[in-house]
Amino acid sequence: MSRKQKKVLIRILIAAALFAAAFAVPVHGIGKLCLFLIPYAVIGWDILWRAAVNIAHGQVFDENFLMALATLGAFATGSYEEGVAVMLFYQIGEWFQSCAVARSRRSIAALMDICPEYANVETQGGITQVDPAEVAVGTVILVKAGEKIPLDGVIAAGESSLDTSALTGESAPRSVRTGDTVISGCINREGLLRVRTTKPYDQSTVSKILELVENASERKAKSEDFITKFARWYTPCVVIVAVLLAVIPPLFMGAWAEWIHRALIFLVVSCPCALVISVPLSFFGGIGGASRAGILVKGGNYLEVLAQADTVVLDKTGTLTRGEFRVSGIHPVSIAPEELLDIAAHAEMYSTHPIARSIVEAYGKEPDSRRVAKTEEIAGHGVHAVVDGRDIYAGNPRLMEQSGASADPVTCGGTVVHLSAGPDYLGYIVISDGLKENAAEALSDLHKLGIRRTVMLTGDTKAAAQGIASSLEIDAVCAELLPGDKVSAVESMMEGERKGKLVFVGDGINDAPVLMRSDVGIAMGAMGSDAAIEAADVVLMDDNPAKIPLAIRMARRTMGIVYQNIVFALGVKGAILLLGALGYAGMWAAVFADVGVSVIAILNASRALRVPK
Amino acid sequence: MTKTFKMQDLDCANCARKMEDAIRKLDGVAEVHVNFLTQKMVLTADDARFDEIVQEAVKLVRRVDPDCRMVL
Repeated sequence: MSRKQKKVLIRILIAAALFAAAFAVPVHGIGKLCLFLIPYAVIGWDILWRAAVNIAHGQVFDENFLMALATLGAFATGSYEEGVAVMLFYQIGEWFQSCAVARSRRSIAALMDICPEYANVETQGGITQVDPAEVAVGTVILVKAGEKIPLDGVIAAGESSLDTSALTGESAPRSVRTGDTVISGCINREGLLRVRTTKPYDQSTVSKILELVENASERKAKSEDFITKFARWYTPCVVIVAVLLAVIPPLFMGAWAEWIHRALIFLVVSCPCALVISVPLSFFGGIGGASRAGILVKGGNYLEVLAQADTVVLDKTGTLTRGEFRVSGIHPVSIAPEELLDIAAHAEMYSTHPIARSIVEAYGKEPDSRRVAKTEEIAGHGVHAVVDGRDIYAGNPRLMEQSGASADPVTCGGTVVHLSAGPDYLGYIVISDGLKENAAEALSDLHKLGIRRTVMLTGDTKAAAQGIASSLEIDAVCAELLPGDKVSAVESMMEGERKGKLVFVGDGINDAPVLMRSDVGIAMGAMGSDAAIEAADVVLMDDNPAKIPLAIRMARRTMGIVYQNIVFALGVKGAILLLGALGYAGMWAAVFADVGVSVIAILNASRALRVPK
Repeated sequence: MTKTFKMQDLDCANCARKMEDAIRKLDGVAEVHVNFLTQKMVLTADDARFDEIVQEAVKLVRRVDPDCRMVL
């Protein structure tokens, strides 16, 4: 509770006590008026004061003015108790509202508690703690166990495992050692790390994320715009109706006091605060909750579009697959698979090609250089090496032809390396880009969420694409696309009458045009990649495809809360206006329709913060 | 030029909206956002008149909500 909130609470308690005491004193007429004016003054002086100041400033129709008018009107029509009670009730409601908002604000601030407070810099006089913003690029900073890495950099010395959960929502630690890049916001779990900084504070990952989340509320969703526009017209309209209600019916029927009283009820209901506060708060909560799960959403508008997604287009490499090559099949002709791999690894041991590296990696041991006499790369074909005194050729079918061996025709996804010893064909090894662990689960979740169509785009061959798609629940595959073709493929899917929206998911490195062209672009694996953060609308901090359905679920829940709040607030206000005009609802109900609805809507909005299991 | 200001004691969401509307009408203001939730104002305006605009914005803020102060 802030000091201001405490003061208001004390005033509420004093006024409530005085109000109760006033009932016990048996006076009438002017004495009663004076008696009830005491608690009224205690609880309402600031409202009256602000109303007066605001009128002097030309600000009519603000809530202070409306409450002042309504309660003074109640006094004027002789209902003193009601005048005090409404003001008291209003202040209690406002107090609750400010506490609830402060609470949500704090919980969002806690989510974003990735901001480092200091950096340890080694100087001649020992280690000093300095503001991260003052550390120059290239400085070596020390990160002790349990501390946050304050700036992006490269590990100069040390080995540790990092807790990235504040950034990615993932609990599995990531192990790092000398030479690895590290990003700010991660927590060093053990050991001492020396980090050479590569970016100034305001360009480091933490600053980028904080900036992104804070600015997110500036991109307003349609429903938010609607509420803002609505609020602009709502108050003046209700006030005009209130005036008409106070004047026109009594001209025909008399009973001025009764109609003025009903008009005052209108004034109390006319405050738009419940609406104006609850909708942005829901979006803010939704964006905050998503960032907790490692999903950065750049604006409420994107949550809105994401909730309406019916087509999800995914890039293959780096999104559904790991984006790194691994040996996925060893097919020897007459020798053991281990032997074929052994020969291949030695033949390829000096090659730096990624395919060659993955074969050596699959071999698992350091190849013995003494067994390799001579190697030469045959550009565009493969490698020729002398291993254990034999002429080994490793490469594509054309190389096999050159060596005089007859290669088996292979039709499978992935890259194939054929091997021969002179003219003797030994067999082939398949290297392919493996699926990510969660890819299959992610796609079946998307279908469970009612996504109508899932499409995979890739620049790879049809065979490779089919190989990947066959193990996934995917509706369509577009293969052999050049980077420009991806944009036109997405554009053709976005043509014509569409009910739902199109989401594109890519790794953000070379998909920027598609990310921008689609209704919502999701970039994944963006830890530390500025380009991805720039181009996408939604950024997944890690490269887990299961976050795609999670993002859609969270977006839908946030939109659900937004609509609940709009319908609830408008519904209750509308009902009270109607009942008030007919004389069934008193001023108490009207105060509930104002502040009570605000409080309930704020509490409902805070649900958006939670991450679903 | 774009600058962010902290808003102290910005207590009502509708006031934030009104401040935005009022400041947006000032001559030379390109964009302004008053964020009730983060208690911040992001103001983008003409470099030449920036200081003047800020002074006017301070007045407008006080006019809409006398309790709220822009921290310069």
